[in-house]
Amino acid sequence: MTDQPTGLSRRDFFRLGLVAGPASLVASCGWDGGPALTPKLSAISRVNDWVGERLLLSPSRLAPEYPSASRTPEANFPSYSITRNRTGSFPVPADPTAWSLQVGGLVRKPVRLTRQMIESLPRLSYTVKHHCVEGWTAIATWTGVPVSTIVTMVEPTAEAKYLRFDSFDSEYYNGWDLTSALHPQTILAYAYNDRPLGMNHGAPLRLYSPIKLGYKMAKYLTAMTFTQERPGGYWEDRGYPWLGGI
Amino acid sequence: MELDKEAPRPRVKRYHGLVRLAHWANAVFLLGMIASGLQIYVAYSHFGLQGEPLGLPNPLDGASIPEWGRLGGWLAGGLNWHFALAWPFVITGLVYLGFLAATGEWRSLLFRPRDVAPAVKMQLYYLRLRKDHPPQGKHNALQKAAYSFIVALGALATLSGFAIYKPVQLGWLTTVFGGYELARYWHFVTVWLFLGFTLLHVALVLLVDPASLRAMITGWYRGRFPSHD
Repeated sequence: MTDQPTGLSRRDFFRLGLVAGPASLVASCGWDGGPALTPKLSAISRVNDWVGERLLLSPSRLAPEYPSASRTPEANFPSYSITRNRTGSFPVPADPTAWSLQVGGLVRKPVRLTRQMIESLPRLSYTVKHHCVEGWTAIATWTGVPVSTIVTMVEPTAEAKYLRFDSFDSEYYNGWDLTSALHPQTILAYAYNDRPLGMNHGAPLRLYSPIKLGYKMAKYLTAMTFTQERPGGYWEDRGYPWLGGI
Repeated sequence: MELDKEAPRPRVKRYHGLVRLAHWANAVFLLGMIASGLQIYVAYSHFGLQGEPLGLPNPLDGASIPEWGRLGGWLAGGLNWHFALAWPFVITGLVYLGFLAATGEWRSLLFRPRDVAPAVKMQLYYLRLRKDHPPQGKHNALQKAAYSFIVALGALATLSGFAIYKPVQLGWLTTVFGGYELARYWHFVTVWLFLGFTLLHVALVLLVDPASLRAMITGWYRGRFPSHD
């Protein structure tokens, strides 16, 4: 075997191409994986959800709180709604004067909560950092009633494994694992920076928790339902990680 | 070149199959991690809290990454690719490090204090301030520095990645990086260090020791630096 001065034979270039070819294909053209790979990626995402929920999620570890002076200027705190993005105007409940939250599903004592009932329950207020899946962060104060308070009230049955949240914002909905829902900082929020929640942040009631990404915190709530099957979600059905825990 | 006129060089087995596999596999995984990471980056191409820029240099602030440099198609696709490739990327890295530890190969790769003086000599040679190539083993001191650096960079990329993946559950790690916004910044910086390393690495292989490319493919080396540590 004769060695070329460069030490690099035609065969070596061919072998290198075997490796570099697929690699450059994969990186090209903003490819999403196509119909063959996308389901496999979703399956791995479910494994990551399992790791996130079963190995990394602590039921009691608290997200850090900040002084109210750290609040992000309100004009800089992004907000969106599906309905507003589609039509240009905020969503409105079916009957704005008679809004209420329906809590039901696999529970012994289903209940319909009015805003007055919710606001009369012991409240929790904290100033925390909001993490959007896009990568931005912002700080604000949120006030509401812990989801755990409502859970205790309705007495879920042993079959209840998930919580589904529905909204009046087009078809926006999603589901939570019970550990995250029962986390002490997970609340049904009705105030933002010490004032009643605005339409842009999901009035009259939204889910809030500093242990989840923004898209998990459904706004414009109408119902909270205990289920045995894992609910999907508006963004989750389109490919976003189901757990969305941070 | 003068060296080429010498007697036939010995043909030596240089890279174990596991090292070669890890090398090329990680090249592919890293490329995928970078491309999907850039897909994620374009969803919000700034650093710092909303309304509170981080104040660290970022030539790509607000930039859009060309489509050929992205993987995933949109944010969710980018995230799913990124979190899927992270598994083989990290596992390959750990297998490689385990191999180095088990075989003692790390001795020819780890840059240690005693390598500082030889590294300076090598640098002088590359700068043409020194005529003769300093004697070396399997790898010279600058190579040791480079190959130790790239392992440390892989660890930095992985840890800063976890810091922004779970900033509450792994809050202690996020704090180590100076908080979520800084951790995200350092994670982004590793991309450009990886790319810079790769450019230099490929250039030096082709210019200085092209025989090592064949060795990284076949395992067999017949080049200028046949000795082993």
